[in-house]
Amino acid sequence: MGRLNWRGSMSRLLVQRAGLGLLTLVAISALLFFGTNMLPGDVAAALLGQQATPEALHNIREALGLNQPAWWRYLRWLSGVLHGDFGVSLASGRSVAGALMPRLGNTLVLALLAGVISVPLAVGLGVASAMREGGIFDRLTSILSLMSISVPEFFIGYVLVVVFAANLGWLPSLAMINPGMSLGERLAAITLPVMTLVLVVLAHMLRMTRSSLLSVMSTPYIEMAFLKGLNRSTVVLRHALPNAAAPIIAVIALNLGYLVVGVVVVEVVFVYPGAGQLMVDSVAKRDLPLVQACGLVFAATYVGLNTIADMVAILVNPRLKIPR
Amino acid sequence: MTQVLRIEGLRVQSASGDVLVHDVDLELARGEVLGLIGESGAGKSTIGLAALTYARPGCRIVGGRVLLGGTDLRGLDAAGRRGVRGARVAYVAQSAAAAFNPAMSLLNQVCEGPVRHGLMSRAQARERAVEAFRALDLPDPHRFGERYPHQVSGGQLQRAMAAMAISCQPDVLVLDEPTTALDVTTQIEVLAHLKKLIALYGTAALYISHDLAVVAQIADRIIVLRHGKIVETGPTQAILTSPKTEYARALVAERKAAELGVKTRERDRADTVLTVEDVTVSYGRRDVVRSAQFTIARGEIVAVVGESGSGKTTLAYAICGLVAARAGCISFEGAPLAPHYTRRTREELRRIQLVFQLPDVALNPRHSVGLIVGRPAAFYFGMKGPDLKVRVAELLVSVGLDPSIANRYPGQLSGGQKQRVCIARALAAKPDLIVCDEVTSALDPLVGEEILKLLRRLQEDLAVAYLFITHDLGTVRRVAHRVVVMLDGSIVAQGAVADIFDRPGHPYFARLMASAPQMRPGWLEEVLKGRAGSQGDTSIARSGTGSHLLE
Amino acid sequence: MSPTLRARPPVIVMCAAVIVVLIVGAALLAPWIAPHRESDFFGVVWGPPSAANLLGTDNLGRDMLTRLIYGARNTVGIATLTTAIAFLIGVTSGFVAASVGGWVDTAVSRCVEILLCVPVLISSLMVISVLGNSIPVLIGTIGILESTRVYIIARAVARTVTVREFVSVARLRGEGLAWVICREMLPNALHPLIAEAGLRFSFIFLFIASLSFLGLGIQPPAADWGSMVRENAQAINFGLYAPLYPASAIALLTIGINLLVDRFATSQARPGGHAIEI
Repeated sequence: MGRLNWRGSMSRLLVQRAGLGLLTLVAISALLFFGTNMLPGDVAAALLGQQATPEALHNIREALGLNQPAWWRYLRWLSGVLHGDFGVSLASGRSVAGALMPRLGNTLVLALLAGVISVPLAVGLGVASAMREGGIFDRLTSILSLMSISVPEFFIGYVLVVVFAANLGWLPSLAMINPGMSLGERLAAITLPVMTLVLVVLAHMLRMTRSSLLSVMSTPYIEMAFLKGLNRSTVVLRHALPNAAAPIIAVIALNLGYLVVGVVVVEVVFVYPGAGQLMVDSVAKRDLPLVQACGLVFAATYVGLNTIADMVAILVNPRLKIPR
Repeated sequence: MTQVLRIEGLRVQSASGDVLVHDVDLELARGEVLGLIGESGAGKSTIGLAALTYARPGCRIVGGRVLLGGTDLRGLDAAGRRGVRGARVAYVAQSAAAAFNPAMSLLNQVCEGPVRHGLMSRAQARERAVEAFRALDLPDPHRFGERYPHQVSGGQLQRAMAAMAISCQPDVLVLDEPTTALDVTTQIEVLAHLKKLIALYGTAALYISHDLAVVAQIADRIIVLRHGKIVETGPTQAILTSPKTEYARALVAERKAAELGVKTRERDRADTVLTVEDVTVSYGRRDVVRSAQFTIARGEIVAVVGESGSGKTTLAYAICGLVAARAGCISFEGAPLAPHYTRRTREELRRIQLVFQLPDVALNPRHSVGLIVGRPAAFYFGMKGPDLKVRVAELLVSVGLDPSIANRYPGQLSGGQKQRVCIARALAAKPDLIVCDEVTSALDPLVGEEILKLLRRLQEDLAVAYLFITHDLGTVRRVAHRVVVMLDGSIVAQGAVADIFDRPGHPYFARLMASAPQMRPGWLEEVLKGRAGSQGDTSIARSGTGSHLLE
Repeated sequence: MSPTLRARPPVIVMCAAVIVVLIVGAALLAPWIAPHRESDFFGVVWGPPSAANLLGTDNLGRDMLTRLIYGARNTVGIATLTTAIAFLIGVTSGFVAASVGGWVDTAVSRCVEILLCVPVLISSLMVISVLGNSIPVLIGTIGILESTRVYIIARAVARTVTVREFVSVARLRGEGLAWVICREMLPNALHPLIAEAGLRFSFIFLFIASLSFLGLGIQPPAADWGSMVRENAQAINFGLYAPLYPASAIALLTIGINLLVDRFATSQARPGGHAIEI
């Protein structure tokens, strides 16, 4: 069992996981496409509403290519997506990519900022509260985080608005972004949405970090570490944390994925011009190509994050790192 | 001799107020080994941990003094107690596989104590560790510590834990069942090494075990515990030869019975119940059982004996159909059985019953004893109402339980009672063959002995055949007519018990016999001497690289 | 009995229980306890709290408290129904898959894993964009999508039970699948499933509220907490707290349920580990 061999086996696992992620993406694109096409509703009729004459229906079907077989439309759509062409919006007649891309950028900025702030904060607080299990700090974070995972995003959003915008007047209540704004203005505009998102995911990550650590803390090797005379912080940081790393990473990825979804509601609360707001609007208008494109982008981000998390978890697993 | 550790009036309580240890006193002199013996729940581990002023979650030390070299450890603050743990009193746990951190190399874990306690520099600690590895005959002592826990065998890991415990040169070692989780052939190596280590470093030790024979080999004095109280205390020789209390006498007698066995006559084997022909069972590409072949006659008790990983349990499961044999044929009274139980008829299923090792998980905690025992009678024979009630009562009485127990739930029963319920459930199907998978190994010795007696009595009354899966030769000697010996998936020997114990045909069985601990002091040295003469050091090499790595 | 069960529950848990009982009671008894009728108008938009309108009036001048009480009916009722559907499908398929095993288990699990890769919000938005947002569509869609999450939990729980030997004993006796699942496995899986039911309900409840808030859930004129937040959102800009009433109602119920579930889950778990270093 040489070193070369195990590195081989580990990279094989990584490649396998990446391949699985790719496969999942293809499966999801098919699911989204066929799912929306095969559901018993007629897009053309929905689009025309009350004024649907048979002739108009026929014309619009022809225009949308709805008379061709589904698998053919799927392949055309997929190859278009791979070339960055998501089709044409039914509502505006403009290119979907043109409408989606700038807004996607806005959304990613929001999610990224929230992620960068919340992940270290959550892991730090989770570790701190596991170290003082049962103490005042631990009980307080436990109750507060339980409350914060229980409340809807818009509740947190509006409470922040009431406090910081309506009462204190420090920050704007709406997060409108115009091309002419300076960086400072932009940051001020997105502070409240970012704060909301941070609060939404922080609590969950904190709780999971704490409980992953504590489940490791009840193992015999932790007892052994105490019996060797080590103090609690050494035991937690040196013995428990490395073994809890994999579940913690999984939870972080899951929550970053959740961030991508939670952003939809937060964007609506703050009227932020992001992809989530766009998706909600196009669902209301039943603009199918736009909905599909948004759905695919959100789902792909989610799958991508999960794949990366699993790969990192493989990398940190001591049993996989060092073979028998 | 100077006194190192002295415990006075120790009292430990559980969170719900049950007293786990009642006013226990003990003292330990420098270089002395004190054996703590008792059944589960006797409080041995709790006392051992109390020597480090440590109590498991849910327990609390509520009274007494723990004096180490004259200072009461209970009077120290948290930092003071931490300074004692590992440095002056060190602990060796039962399962090294669970007690080593999987994410750290062995050397890092062994050196951690002395470095964190500020006793040595890292280089010094490392040197000491290598020295201990060498003393414990661990392979390649200079590089052994680079490995991770999952890379070494169970016996090696247990020795590495001893090296970890000794790393700070403590005054007292607490050894908590350090060989219980090991196979007998490995146990003897670890035991010998522990003895050597204690002599080499001149450490005092508390040796905790449920096995009188093991303690007899290592302890100078023995304390017998029961329900958290000291029953008897005295020099090892005195406890073994002239125990004063009823309880100690029973413990010694049980061990003696295991060593001597019960004489059984070879039975008439004309009427065959079960035939196993050329059976091979595989998990994936690996053969766990290879071409097994043997028969069981009506009313006969056949024991299958082997160490962990020998495939004995898999063979039992293949006979019951829980795992399907890949090749070969299992036939019942001449008619071949389908490999998997789902393809067997209800009648075929009824005639072979299985009793599991752990009664705790073999009984549905949400069913009453009456339902558990009555269900097979209702299912196979359509009994119901008052008839069923009478039948359940009859079955419970036949396994030595009070019929009123039918209204209770498994959680309210003791381990021995639970195993009796399992046996009653098997009998309810009126089987021809009962497969017993290590039925006594999870029980305390005295309780296990009662179960064995019960099984023998039932066999005589009902003429049912047993297939007894076990790792313990004492069990074989006490119940079986015939024995089948397995090693790494193959049957290496079989025959009548009387013959095979007198003339072990296969060297492995001879080794197994020689490794089964005996109470006679000096037995360990004799066996090791005999082994060194015949095989050199190969036995140690085998225990390190053999069966364990195959698991 | 362990002391955690014997000890009186902490005040905060008692409060949680009271909140949940009050809200469920309001939902059940709405027509009898509401001070006004569901769509009585009082003329003043976002009127301040008064003797007639304890919590003021909403964006169309209706009594806020009345709308809240009727809203409890719709929101809680629909979430309960959806949770029931998700559990029925998820638990049944999870237990069957775990106890049958083999290719059935593999096939179902693979399909569920793919569905799990799409966040529920995204998949339900896709479905709504095609089928519209009538209440049956909402209940069916969310029920089916959430059942995949229930499936994962139910299967995991069932697998820890199936490996226990009393299940093997029943199978070796020749018992059918129905006995094995209903008599041997389910009674031993109740605790984790009850905890999951609580969490799932609060999740579904929040989710429906969010959809309504986005304008894609329960439609006016039916009173519903999520839509009420949306309808009254503009009030925030005038420094009024109107949207906070329904939003707080949502928050209170989920906090209450989560606190109860948390209490239930920890009462089943090991004794507190902080005793470890004595």
